[in-house]
Amino acid sequence: MAGMLDLTIADARDAMRKGDLAPTEFVGAYIKAVETARPLNAYVTETPDRAMDAAKGSEARLAKGEGGALEGIPLGIKDLFCTEGVLSTAGSHILDGFEPTYESTVSGNLLAAGAAMLGKCNMDEFAMGSANMTSYYGPVENPWRALDAPDKKLVPGGSSGGSAAAVAARAALGATGTDTGGSIRQPAAFTGLVGMKPTYGRCSRWGVIAFASSLDQAGPLTRTVRDTAIMLGAMAGHDSKDSTSVDLPVPDYEAALGGDVRNLKIGVPKEYRLDGMPAEIETLWQLGIAWLKDAGAQIVDISLPHTKYALPAYYIVAPAEASSNLARYDGVRFGLRVDGDTLQEMYENTRAEGFGDEVKRRVLIGTYVLSAGYYDAYYLQAQKVRTRIADDFRKAWEKVDAVLTPTAPSAAFAQGEKMDDPIAMYLNDIFTVPASMAGLPAISVPAGLSAQGLPLGLHLIGKPFDEETVLHIANVLEQAAGFDAEPSFLAG
Amino acid sequence: MSIDKATVAKIATLARIKVPEEDREALAGELSNILGWVEQLSEVDTDNVPPMTSVVDAVAPKRKDAVTDGGYRDRVTVNAPAAAKGFFTVPKVVE
Amino acid sequence: MASLMKGRTGDWEIVIGLEIHAQVTADAKLFSGASTAFGAEPNTQVSLVDAAMPGMLPVVNERSIEQAVRTGLALNAEVRLHSVFARKNYFYPDLPQGYQISQYEEPIIGEGEIVIDLPDGDSKPVGIERLHLEQDAGKSLHDQHPSQSYIDLNRSGVTLMEIVSKPDMRSADEAAAYIEKIRSILRYIGACDGNMQEGSMRADVNVSVRRPGEALGTRCEIKNVNSIRFVRQAIDHEAARQIEIIEDGGEIDQETRLYDPDRGETRSMRTKEDAHDYRYFPDPDLLPVDLEQSFVDRLKQTLPELPDQKKARFIDDYGLSPYDASVLVAERETAEFYETVATGRDPKLAANWVMSELFGRLNKADIAIADSPVSAEALGGLIDLIADDTISGRIAKDVFNEMVETGKDAAAIVEEKGLKQITDTGAIEGIIDTIIAENPDNVAQYQGGNTKVVGWFVGQVMKASQGKANPKLVNELLRKKLDA
Repeated sequence: MAGMLDLTIADARDAMRKGDLAPTEFVGAYIKAVETARPLNAYVTETPDRAMDAAKGSEARLAKGEGGALEGIPLGIKDLFCTEGVLSTAGSHILDGFEPTYESTVSGNLLAAGAAMLGKCNMDEFAMGSANMTSYYGPVENPWRALDAPDKKLVPGGSSGGSAAAVAARAALGATGTDTGGSIRQPAAFTGLVGMKPTYGRCSRWGVIAFASSLDQAGPLTRTVRDTAIMLGAMAGHDSKDSTSVDLPVPDYEAALGGDVRNLKIGVPKEYRLDGMPAEIETLWQLGIAWLKDAGAQIVDISLPHTKYALPAYYIVAPAEASSNLARYDGVRFGLRVDGDTLQEMYENTRAEGFGDEVKRRVLIGTYVLSAGYYDAYYLQAQKVRTRIADDFRKAWEKVDAVLTPTAPSAAFAQGEKMDDPIAMYLNDIFTVPASMAGLPAISVPAGLSAQGLPLGLHLIGKPFDEETVLHIANVLEQAAGFDAEPSFLAG
Repeated sequence: MSIDKATVAKIATLARIKVPEEDREALAGELSNILGWVEQLSEVDTDNVPPMTSVVDAVAPKRKDAVTDGGYRDRVTVNAPAAAKGFFTVPKVVE
Repeated sequence: MASLMKGRTGDWEIVIGLEIHAQVTADAKLFSGASTAFGAEPNTQVSLVDAAMPGMLPVVNERSIEQAVRTGLALNAEVRLHSVFARKNYFYPDLPQGYQISQYEEPIIGEGEIVIDLPDGDSKPVGIERLHLEQDAGKSLHDQHPSQSYIDLNRSGVTLMEIVSKPDMRSADEAAAYIEKIRSILRYIGACDGNMQEGSMRADVNVSVRRPGEALGTRCEIKNVNSIRFVRQAIDHEAARQIEIIEDGGEIDQETRLYDPDRGETRSMRTKEDAHDYRYFPDPDLLPVDLEQSFVDRLKQTLPELPDQKKARFIDDYGLSPYDASVLVAERETAEFYETVATGRDPKLAANWVMSELFGRLNKADIAIADSPVSAEALGGLIDLIADDTISGRIAKDVFNEMVETGKDAAAIVEEKGLKQITDTGAIEGIIDTIIAENPDNVAQYQGGNTKVVGWFVGQVMKASQGKANPKLVNELLRKKLDA
């Protein structure tokens, strides 16, 4: 059984196509694994019946030699994706009981490709968080533990922490995440997974509960780069229902893997070298540089001068958009309503009870920076800084094909840490936010372990819509790193 | 930039989130910290820099003018906390 | 200067600007594929986007863009090739997103100018400040339940154009003429049906007063006025209110007011402390609207002859007065009707018949010109009978009445009823002789110098001929006989 859960998407797919593995048996094993992994709190809702029905459908199609790219592949779906007839909460109390009458484009694409949805993955409330501590449904536990404190529960990162914990613990073979400032890549790094945020516009946002519209992008969390390529291929594509979805053909990402990096130039931006950054992060970065050099890539020192402003600009833009995007949670058409004598009281009671502290904090900040008299100084200035950040990258692309950085400034930390200091929490995303602000594709690849035996990730940023090059280099890094450590908790 | 209790009350009303009097002081401190931290953006020279309106370098797609949606009241009202006779209902609005 | 208003302490000038919200003629909504048809069951024309369900996204309707551009062209306004949709944030139960998607700093249409036609035949230019596209809100019904308001989102997301004038109007008459002109233009180009009863057009009226020649006063905005009559009343009441306050030594608070037609007064809308902090910002779900000049040029080709162009042509080609021309061109259908009647006939006679007889009838019975019981061709036929002296103008009115009642054409009625004019001199002379013989007193009066009595004789002759005698011949022959 354990062996079955160790298969990659690519392995399982090939085995099922050959008839060596039955989708119902495979998905059945994962349904059990989801139950076993309950202590991690990675799922808000489990959907075993749906998963088994999907597996039966896959079995029938495969028997006829038909089927899509993901027949019989059991996936977790982040609870930010609206799924028809299945509770969709965004990790928030305010969406109590909300069962969408529609299916998000991305989850619909995955189901249409034959995937079996195991359930809805826990997450930071409205995707606001970097530790999965803000969910109304409780924190998610990282299946990894530190060597020196094996009893201490660690965070899986956030906001796609449930997705990451599930895949890492073998309670899903892959999972969808969404990434606004690092919410796929940082949890991937914290749990020893590959996580990719494609170019903004590559995956449809239709049916994905919005946090910050100009930044939100869906992507996969998997155990290997190849699996990410396969899953991204099934998620991506133009959607006429999303005005920001780009009408470009989706390449065969899997075909981009393999071969060397001899013709590629890799940029190493000096601004990512932070004061006080743990030595092991710096060491890992140097290791990554050496691996790519050994594989024939040319390493180029570059400068992205506005890097340090990306995070503060993000913490204006994202809350501003969120303050408006979350206005629809007003107790009128769906979700929680807390009564009041007047309409205003009903609104204020509903939103006070329905939103958690971090969401309130960001909605209030966002409201403030858009309000009369402050718009120019905050929001407008942040959007101008954003233009400069994008320009930095545009200049870099004249010299290099991709940029290599660490994914996060530390390994996973303990539950409860940094909770009383929002800015310390925000700094988790310091390396991932610039690519978000510029809308660029970026991936985190597990590259090594910290001194405490916790996974660390390396981060590659690519040119717009050049996910292929990013995946190609990531695959080379992955091979060089040979990361094969396992978390202390495995579902089977 | 620091935010005082009165400002917290004002933006909380704008955002329709009830913030009890006793929580305003602490929240004012937290929000002031965050705003103080983002203040560093003013260091960036943004003269003649246009604000970003979209990271996507594309022309806005347009729909044909055709009725392709709607006509499914149940799908729209099924999740409503309160509804009657096909309407959503809310505490009476006094104008 | 006739538009000054008298106060206790002297004259006041009223300054008026209008924001007209016009529903764009389109089958589907601005950002969703739900229907815009009027009068459906509650919440049946609502898509998931209109209900602002989580994760729903807007995609703009190309017809809405086209109609805005065509309207801009028809208002002689600048079409801005780059425009941006922005969110206007506020909470209201019939605003499901918690924001209205509108345009703020970058509207699709910039400055323009139209000419309004005043009742005295004068015209005057009025500036257009801008035109932008926005979503309509849903509808809140407050009278269905003692403690609840009911929300219907059928209108939520319908495309509106907000047309903002400059503060160029100085009286209720001018404001009314402006709305009529905007409505006329919108209906000509098919951008809005102009139906104020169904809410397809409504106006926010900005009113301030000042001493002639002084700087602008503080204005009040009267929201959502839904008929031209109410716009007039609201302006007069609001101006009087403001003058009274200032003359009593008070100051005007800039505020939003509502017009209550039952009470004939404007009253302040409950001002919420945050009512005006809308926190506009560009909608990140939508890309900027970038248009090609060739697209604009192509749309220009689709515009029909507009009311002002038509008016000028009617004055030139048909010799009509500016006032008559402006009345005839106000509606495209009326103008077309008139032209059919006037072609090949005396255009002034045609104008008289269309404006006084036909309009009189239609207005009285509240019938649209398209449903007129007398077609343009039939009315032309009647005018032909007058022109060739088959019937007199007086008989023609009777024939017209008959045409309205029966739908028959003029010639048939004249034939059937024997209404053909008597132009036979002998027959008329016979009647005249009889009347002269029977009324020696009146003849004596005439011959004694009271020539006015001739009118009495004409009347008697016409009566005796049942109105059919040719009045010109009657006059001639009478004088000849009486003078003999």
